[in-house]
Amino acid sequence: MMYLNPHLMMLPILLPLLAGATMVFINERHHRLKFLINLSSTAVMLLTAIQLLMQAQSGLWPADMAVYLAANWSAPFGIALVADRLAAVMLILTATLGAATLVFSYSRWSKTGVHFHTLFQLLLMGINGAILTADLFNLFVFFEVMLAASYGLLLHGYNISRIRAGMQYIVVNLVASLFFLIGIALIYAATGTLNFADLALKIATLDSTDRFILQTGAAILAVAFLTKSAMWPLGFWLPVTYSAACAPVGAMLVLLTKIGVYVILRLWWLLFSEYGGASAGFGGSVLLCGGLLTLAFGAIGLLASQEPRRIASFSAVISSGTLLALIGYGDASLLSSALFYLISSTLAVAAFIMLTELTDRIYTPAASVLALSMEAFAVEEDTQESAGVVIPAAMAFLGLAFAACALIMAGLPPLSGFVAKFSILHSLLDSSAAHAPLWARWLILTLLLVAGLSAIIALMRFGVRTFWTLYNSVPLRLHPTEALPILAILLLGVCMVFTASPLFNLLDRVSADLQQTPAYIERVLQQPIIGAEEVL
Amino acid sequence: MELTIALSIGVLFGSGIWLILRPRSFQVITGLLLLSYAVNLFIFITGRLSVNKPPLIIQGEVVDPALYADPLPQALVLTAIVIGFATTALYLVVLLGSRGLTGTDHVDGKERDSEE
Repeated sequence: MMYLNPHLMMLPILLPLLAGATMVFINERHHRLKFLINLSSTAVMLLTAIQLLMQAQSGLWPADMAVYLAANWSAPFGIALVADRLAAVMLILTATLGAATLVFSYSRWSKTGVHFHTLFQLLLMGINGAILTADLFNLFVFFEVMLAASYGLLLHGYNISRIRAGMQYIVVNLVASLFFLIGIALIYAATGTLNFADLALKIATLDSTDRFILQTGAAILAVAFLTKSAMWPLGFWLPVTYSAACAPVGAMLVLLTKIGVYVILRLWWLLFSEYGGASAGFGGSVLLCGGLLTLAFGAIGLLASQEPRRIASFSAVISSGTLLALIGYGDASLLSSALFYLISSTLAVAAFIMLTELTDRIYTPAASVLALSMEAFAVEEDTQESAGVVIPAAMAFLGLAFAACALIMAGLPPLSGFVAKFSILHSLLDSSAAHAPLWARWLILTLLLVAGLSAIIALMRFGVRTFWTLYNSVPLRLHPTEALPILAILLLGVCMVFTASPLFNLLDRVSADLQQTPAYIERVLQQPIIGAEEVL
Repeated sequence: MELTIALSIGVLFGSGIWLILRPRSFQVITGLLLLSYAVNLFIFITGRLSVNKPPLIIQGEVVDPALYADPLPQALVLTAIVIGFATTALYLVVLLGSRGLTGTDHVDGKERDSEE
């Protein structure tokens, strides 16, 4: 393991690439073999991510960061990859969610179409690459890998509604990618570099013309990321897409919006922090206002949602809005709570999307027709059935899992959603007023609570209609591989409560890392190439 | 030369934006193509326009960088062309699938109610 150390951080990118490429050549009939390859690759990714985090925590790395110079070119010229605590945490989240959705897809979705496993691994490769890269153009390439795989996965289980959603999703993302390229070109024209660290170094010393070009470029670039993270009014594609995708893909799409948020978090804190010279704080108010509007839009949309998938979509919109508003608020003391909220809400919404697939089975076509006609003709209930019904284990599991998801999504005690929301509110009230106007603080507070309330209303309505109805006479069939990942994710939500203190210690260090811009710049640009000693 | 390039990028962008706002998926894909040409040209000119200047510097010689073209935007454009080509081809497949399943080439997958 020690021998592998310098190259370990390439593993989350190379492994899924190799696994995905290998599986192209394996016939779909051997789907169990493909599943095993896929699962073991994801498991190794998880172990690698945990190992990276442990190394970042161990203090062996200078500045607690590992820099990998691809093709052995020193930093501003070649492509650099950087693993720090934030990257490691995001890698762990990706691999965990990936493993859970993969196990969930085993009994149904991975068998229904072709190349599910290959696309899944390529998606993970794109996500991992986008997390690890420290170069703007490389980020574009990994985003495209991630998006191209997500196009394929969205269309998985080809039907008309998926194609309709796919057409819109693809066009929106292609246009966003063009914005991405224009932004990159403008930033390159202004600074002559695309390396994050070099950009952060040069941004403070730009003259006013170049600064204007750079800020224009950064704003155009932000359009691409904000489309990905579904900020209002760029996020109208999200509910349609989430409703159409099959459940495991929908769960992974929740993570993709968080990758958009992650990139904004990383780049904004790096480039426009207090070290940004005249550009310091650029665009913060846009992020703040956009986040607040997204939060309000999500809360209203949630109230209007009847279908479970739309509830999940708007919950994802709310969590994006919250995170964007907290980033734009510009107070570093909020970041650790925001990251805790990111992990908790991503897991909960993903689990909820998987759950919706199972709750859909409660409504068999026959049962829903029966329900309709019973309502229309006011048929008396069959009292024999309703007296002392034995609750089957599957129904009980679904009900409890739904309750747990709802508690996390609405931020009610005792699960992780409450801890996240409580710590956000606590640090908002604690934060010094110098960073942002007072109205912003109270507006975030109010909107967060209102969004929580509308989540409670929407989820309770859905829960009552689904679980307390008497129309389901068909016994519910549940495969263990479908119940297990949901259970595992929800147990993680429980664990996050019990380990909240060490987790917050870690996240505090993550947010402290984010503020160490000079250390980051120095660490990346000073990374020696391999064999430098011999040349000298 | 700057004016010609700037005007052609502008025309490409204008036509592309108009086309992607049209209701037929074929018009949308044509618009996307035009937009990606415009963006590729745009990336290309961030290395400044120059004629007859080599992008490569021979190792060991001390040279004036002003006599050389910037190679990085050229490399970026190549990558952007490949990626844009691939994703547009992917969209074309979805377009054909949509045409086959819904029987219309409208981007919504259904014709507007034309009786109104």
